[in-house]
Amino acid sequence: MAGGGGLRAAVAALVLAAWGAHGLYFHIGETEKRCFIEEIPDETMVIGNYRTQLWDKQSEAFLPSTPGLGMHVEVKDPDGKVVLSRQYGSEGRFTFTSHTPGEHQICLHSNSTRMALFAGGKLRVHLDIQVGEHTNNYPEIAAKDKLTELQLRARQLLDQVEQIQKEQNYQRYREERFRMTSESTNQRVLWWSIAQTGILILTGIWQMRHLKSFFEAKKLV
Amino acid sequence: MPPRGCAAAGLLLVLLVLRACAARASEITFELPDNAKQCFYEEIAQGTKCTLEFQVITGGHYDVDCRLEDPDGIVLYKEMKKQYDSFTFTASRNGTYKFCFSNEFSTFTHKTVYFDFQVGEDPPLFPSENRVTALTQMESACVSIHEALKSVIDYQTHFRLREAQGRSRAEDLNTRVAYWSIGEAIILLVVSIGQVFLLKSFFSDKRTTTTRVGS
Repeated sequence: MAGGGGLRAAVAALVLAAWGAHGLYFHIGETEKRCFIEEIPDETMVIGNYRTQLWDKQSEAFLPSTPGLGMHVEVKDPDGKVVLSRQYGSEGRFTFTSHTPGEHQICLHSNSTRMALFAGGKLRVHLDIQVGEHTNNYPEIAAKDKLTELQLRARQLLDQVEQIQKEQNYQRYREERFRMTSESTNQRVLWWSIAQTGILILTGIWQMRHLKSFFEAKKLV
Repeated sequence: MPPRGCAAAGLLLVLLVLRACAARASEITFELPDNAKQCFYEEIAQGTKCTLEFQVITGGHYDVDCRLEDPDGIVLYKEMKKQYDSFTFTASRNGTYKFCFSNEFSTFTHKTVYFDFQVGEDPPLFPSENRVTALTQMESACVSIHEALKSVIDYQTHFRLREAQGRSRAEDLNTRVAYWSIGEAIILLVVSIGQVFLLKSFFSDKRTTTTRVGS
């Protein structure tokens, strides 16, 4: 049926379009590890989408998809504790929510044994990381909660304002840390300067007394 | 529904999804090791307005080389040792655009670089954005609030990056003060005590040599 065929073609085109959706990409070596830093406030959701393509030596091009290629994703929180450490396929999506504010590190590396066959293999990784209110899928929320257009716009504005508030709180926490560091530097400079002056005076006095008694013993003074 | 209408609706949906997919923003912070160069690529359609903004957060003199090339290899933007910059351009042709950050001039400092690559405008909130009526006052008020909040978030990001820069310098200073103070105190003690014993050894040697020469 012509209608069914047209719809199938549309769906196929949609799938192809979705594949091209991951815009930014970069190249990574075989066992190379690439890390990205996300500085985020707490209770913020981060969604990462990636897609990998393997370099094919014969055709001198990147293969559209390579099943069997795995990527290991590791996420560490600001204290160095591992939040997420999982192996995904050649195309994957990872999600985590921060519980402490600060710099989270997202590391990706490929540990596929297939690549060992291709000496000097290159991997093209499409990556897209969305943070905070960008993770919300508004058409989906509208469908789920049955919101009108105006309600959806209001929801979007509320999410944005919530993100701004979280960032401001985080900013207050960071400023406090900065102030503590500056105060610590101030204290250290003060006490170490006093200590060094004290050491200088004491060793000066010791030197003079020691040399005086030494010269008196040698009958030079 | 007639088959032709179904196919047409499907095609329209595909076009809308494609339009939505064409617009995106990538904000990435990554570490650039010394003597390294990292490149990122993106496929851009002709006529799309794009903005590349980057800032160096930590490391050395907080500067990096940046280079943006179009699919033909023509350099659209090239700056050496820049701390922060923003570059807007309109894609003159379809293809893969490439931008690279280079830390090859530095011998031992890692740099942390943040960049924000915005391609096209933000996707519309609703898939069916082909409206026949204009926006109502409420809706246009919502749109302008949304744009204003986006610029607030943008300013917050830049503020956070500058604060991170200042804080990393302050923490560096703190550790440096501690190590150098301890080092100086030790050197002071060692030099003072060493001076005294060296001086004493001058006098002791002379006494023994004169006695030897005498006999």
